[in-house]
Amino acid sequence: MLAYLRSLTFRFLHRDALERELEDELRSHVLHRADDLERAGLDRGAAERQARVEFGGHARFKEEARDALAGGLLETLFRDLRFSVRQLRKSPSFTVAAIITLAVAIGANAVVFSAINGFILRPLGLPNEETLFTIERASDHLAGESYPNYIDLRDRVRGFDGLAAFIANQAWFGAGGGSPARAWVYEVSGNYFDVLGLQPYLGRFFHASDERGPGSAPYVVLTYASWRTHFLGDRRVIGRTVELSRHPFTIIGVAPPGFHGTVLVYTTDFFVPLVEQPQVEGTSLLDVRGNRWLAVFGRRKGILTNAQAVADLNVIGAQLEASYPKDNDKMSFVLSRSTLGGDAFEQPVHAFVIGLMLLATLILLAVCANLGSLFAARAADRSREVALRLALGAGSGRILRQLFSEAVLISLVGGAIGLWGSVLLLDWLATWRPFPQFAVILPIEPDARVYLVALLLSVASGFLFGAVPVRQVLRTDPYQVLKSGSVSPVSRRLAMRDLLVALQIAICAVLVTSSLVAVRGLERSLRGNFGIDAHQVLLVDTDLATSGYTPDRMMAMQQRMADAMRTIPGVATVGMVAQTPPMHLGWNDSKVFGDDVADLRPGNAAADAIQYSVSPDYFRAAGTALLAGRAFTLHDDQHAPRVAIVNETFARKVFAAPDRALDQFFKLPDGSRVEVVGLAQDGKYTANLAEEPQPAMFFPLRQMPSSETWLVIRSPRDAEELSAAVRATLRALDPGLPASIETWTRDMSGALFPARVAAAALGILGAMGAIVAITGIFGTAAYSLSKHLKDLGIRMALGAGELDVIQAAVGRALRLLAVGSLAGLVLGILASRVLGSIVYEATPRDPVVLIAAVLAMFLVGLVATWIPARRALSVDPSMLMREQ
Amino acid sequence: MAASAQLLPGTLDLLILKAVSLGPLHGYGILLRIGQISHGALLVEQGALYPALFRLVRQGLLKTKWGTSENNRRAKFYELTVPGRKRLGEETESWNRLVAAIALALRARPEGA
Repeated sequence: MLAYLRSLTFRFLHRDALERELEDELRSHVLHRADDLERAGLDRGAAERQARVEFGGHARFKEEARDALAGGLLETLFRDLRFSVRQLRKSPSFTVAAIITLAVAIGANAVVFSAINGFILRPLGLPNEETLFTIERASDHLAGESYPNYIDLRDRVRGFDGLAAFIANQAWFGAGGGSPARAWVYEVSGNYFDVLGLQPYLGRFFHASDERGPGSAPYVVLTYASWRTHFLGDRRVIGRTVELSRHPFTIIGVAPPGFHGTVLVYTTDFFVPLVEQPQVEGTSLLDVRGNRWLAVFGRRKGILTNAQAVADLNVIGAQLEASYPKDNDKMSFVLSRSTLGGDAFEQPVHAFVIGLMLLATLILLAVCANLGSLFAARAADRSREVALRLALGAGSGRILRQLFSEAVLISLVGGAIGLWGSVLLLDWLATWRPFPQFAVILPIEPDARVYLVALLLSVASGFLFGAVPVRQVLRTDPYQVLKSGSVSPVSRRLAMRDLLVALQIAICAVLVTSSLVAVRGLERSLRGNFGIDAHQVLLVDTDLATSGYTPDRMMAMQQRMADAMRTIPGVATVGMVAQTPPMHLGWNDSKVFGDDVADLRPGNAAADAIQYSVSPDYFRAAGTALLAGRAFTLHDDQHAPRVAIVNETFARKVFAAPDRALDQFFKLPDGSRVEVVGLAQDGKYTANLAEEPQPAMFFPLRQMPSSETWLVIRSPRDAEELSAAVRATLRALDPGLPASIETWTRDMSGALFPARVAAAALGILGAMGAIVAITGIFGTAAYSLSKHLKDLGIRMALGAGELDVIQAAVGRALRLLAVGSLAGLVLGILASRVLGSIVYEATPRDPVVLIAAVLAMFLVGLVATWIPARRALSVDPSMLMREQ
Repeated sequence: MAASAQLLPGTLDLLILKAVSLGPLHGYGILLRIGQISHGALLVEQGALYPALFRLVRQGLLKTKWGTSENNRRAKFYELTVPGRKRLGEETESWNRLVAAIALALRARPEGA
């Protein structure tokens, strides 16, 4: 192989030398002949002229000689390509169809591969990323520690060159003048940038040495993007003061371009030190040990293995469990590469993109099978030409090369077009913000790796479908073909073509089935029982603590806001919920204990319940049904006994049966006893549609006050109009109070996003699969019809009925369709199990899906065979017989 | 000149090998030699010669060397290699067998005549 390459390069480099030598030799020949002619009596000039004429077509001959001389691969390659272009231009519709189907398939692969590239292969692009690890709990594969636990881990750990922590949060941002706007803030440990090994683009970063207790480091670092958008790239911005949540922060630096924090799919505007958390959020979490809100990552020491580093962490974990049994349990760790907050989030995403890649590869395979059978058909049609060339002495190698160069040419052109299209799409997706209220980005910009994969896929698929007719060509017997005028049908080869079509249909049926499963899942999840009625509800997010309200004024202001909203015409009900409404990203939870439990350590908890503080009217405003008991009243306040409303799952888990929950007591981690006064329906709480039924509990806002409350306003009025009225009403109460107003359905789009993306991606792949199936079946049917037209004419002349004709014309294609679809359906149902983890209620064992899949494939068959069947029926036997 | 005969396909290589076996020759010389040893009966088309020559070189049956011709011109000379000589032997033998067989077949007369 190497020697061959060397000789190839030698020939390439010394092409001129070879050419000159050939030229010399031919001239020498002519001169010798001229010498002879001169000796025979001609004068020199006439002799040379005569010699040249005798020698004949110089150029044509030189071409042949060159071929024989060098076997010059490059030259012949170019000639093959030129020949291929000529051949392909003879059948433009075939060429265009082939290129388009390939472009679509390769484009789809490029897009999906970019997702793999962005999510799996090229996470954050940080220096020495191979030693950076997210520290997850082994019990739930989530990255989350409390601040005191983080500090203890950071100070005691020896296996890491630093542990850093961060949390993404929202804050009100004001840069002097104008009302504050929502902005995204990373609260990060002082050593964050040092552990990451980043250098500032401008100014400086803060360091561990800047932190001297809560509120001691009012510094902010801008992301490059926010420096460009909020400060127009002004270099004098360093040293300026901005307001975050009404507290002054000094800008000290700008992070390097492209760095947008350590969660792959989120971008942020600012980085502030974690010690400023109380200032940014209004309430301090810095001294709470039982609340796992911080993501922790570290740079493992290079000389250690992962197992050694984990052992080190686990020793500290065991110490912390022993020292703080009320707050800590299950503190054993694993190292993870996750950039999405833990493998628990990461795994489904990975499984999904890999699943998509499989489907996209299947599409490409289907297209290759399709083009392979078309190429085989073409090769059969061209058997006469091939036979002629073989008889004239062309080597079969040369003919094969020709076939392959045609195939590869098509695949390269198709690949280039597909890649171009996918780059356009990806560029658009990379700047797309799926929902403005969340700083979500899709990390899928294409890079060199994507281009390379697209190129490789193009070439590989070219060889794949180019290889289909090879055996057929190699077996061509020139004498046979030239004698009989066409290839005598060899049943085995036709069977192989049929096999390809069946395979292609099976693949397409897989795609159609799984896309239907996903779409159906989405449709169900949109109509699913969320435990709330989000239609005609407006959510108003306010945060009183960061706007300077002291706890004693807070509750009165909340009551005033709710009362003011009730006076807006058209408003039916106004409720309040803290701290986040259901189906929003983020939630609060707490361990709960049976009433008879004395030792309130986490291991003894009866459940881990999601908790809300709500106003008496919340259930009516949110549309959550109370199944038993009573709603809260305004008398459920600090002076009254503590009460709660729980959902069915809570009742089942803590009290064994829903109907036994009323009037029972349970305990919270602080030891307080709470009486259950009402039973609410189950619902979805976290922003994950696929969540299992979760225990949830609702407390009266007056017994569990919170500074961050959401107003839940139910009104049949137009959302736009109502928002304006709400904003005006709020301004009348407190002109400086920041608020964001959104319909609940839009707010839920965050929760529905994964399902929507999955359904859209699978829907597109499914549609592409259907199109490929149609072209494949159409090609087969049309081709076999053109071969059997004469035969059909005879049958019609002999009095065959329409059904017989159709049966003869497209029966084979339809039989293939039936077999392929059946196989594909079964495979698709098996493949769809993967979907269940992403798309809520995606189950392939759904009669609607099965019927729809069968119907879809039937439609595909109908569309694909319609034209050939029509053509078969319109055959005029007498015309046909006369023609041939 | 004697009546010339059409070259059968595949015989050009054999003739070239034979011509060169008698001593190194340049391209034009090979043409002349073939004409000479067939007493002018076999004419090789000039254009067909060189592709055949290069093919034989690539197969390793001939080797080449630049030198000076009897006309005192620079020319590329072709020479038989060892495999070339072996091939010439084999081809000659099989050609003779073929000719003998065909001659035999053509001499056949109707039975009982």
